Amino acid sequence: MSNSPIAVEQHGPELRHHFSTVEQQRDSASLGMWLFLATEIMFFGGMFCAYLIYRLNYYNEFAAGSRSLNLKWGTINTIVLICSSLTVALSVRAAQMGKRKLVVILLILTLIFGLAFLGIKGIEWYDKYKEHHIPGASFNVDDLVREYPQIHIDQSHEQIYFSLYFAMTGLHALHMIIGVGIFSYLLFHAWKGRYTTTYYTPVEIGGLYWHFVDIVWIYLFPLLYLIDRKPLG
Amino acid sequence: MSEHVLSSKLYYAIWIVLMVLTVVTAWVATIDLGPFNTVVALLIASSKALLVILFFMHVKYTSEKLTKMVIVSSIFWLLILLFLSLSDYGTRHLGHG
Repeated sequence: MSNSPIAVEQHGPELRHHFSTVEQQRDSASLGMWLFLATEIMFFGGMFCAYLIYRLNYYNEFAAGSRSLNLKWGTINTIVLICSSLTVALSVRAAQMGKRKLVVILLILTLIFGLAFLGIKGIEWYDKYKEHHIPGASFNVDDLVREYPQIHIDQSHEQIYFSLYFAMTGLHALHMIIGVGIFSYLLFHAWKGRYTTTYYTPVEIGGLYWHFVDIVWIYLFPLLYLIDRKPLG
Repeated sequence: MSEHVLSSKLYYAIWIVLMVLTVVTAWVATIDLGPFNTVVALLIASSKALLVILFFMHVKYTSEKLTKMVIVSSIFWLLILLFLSLSDYGTRHLGHG
């Protein structure tokens, strides 16, 4: 190559031969990730659509079910996820600047926040299990009927709210578990020093995934927890 | 350029705004605004999502117009899904034939 008459741009081994520049390669990877996220929007979109239709038809049961969720844990979990998004954004920035140690620390913090979210979600699910609010043979919302005599509650419609609650938070939690897997992979490679100022694409697109999962929760929180928190008259 | 490095102060500022909006949305839900409780909750959620997309996901600083097109069209497709489904279900009653 060195004696070739054609000028060859100097670049590191990270540049694949079918791209002209590292910038183009990075933009392509990011665009591909956004296309994947577009399919994810439609994936979650189906659930949001089902939620919307049933909420419009069975508002009372949705309001009662929403009141029975633990607002304290829900808010704390939202804050935990926002903190994890900050550490992800800062880890991408640290990777752009080639600060290996900082990337490793921020990725570990992200994993801790992600696992904390899943732990809190587990506590909430276990409470629902104890209250017989999990749809199925032992489903029972007599406690809600007693607690909110002002709201007319139909057992089978209430079951739809809780089915959607578990399906939507369950699908979100599955994405979180996959996210923890992706970030463990990133942590290992960051620790090995594989990422440089010209090659940090995995950190960047892994970050896009994490932020997307955060955005899903940003919508799930008001839609599931805050349907009706007004004082009952 | 996607390689544009943003100031860490900007990330902390966005983080603080997101935290404040989270507390505000949980608090405002306890006040009776009638039908506007849902509107306010969704407006706050969308503002938070927009901040995450523009700053944390670097969309404000990307030179790649295709990325923006993918985002706008995927939201448009989601609205088609919601709008057409609602216009169908909205004109009939569930469980009554």
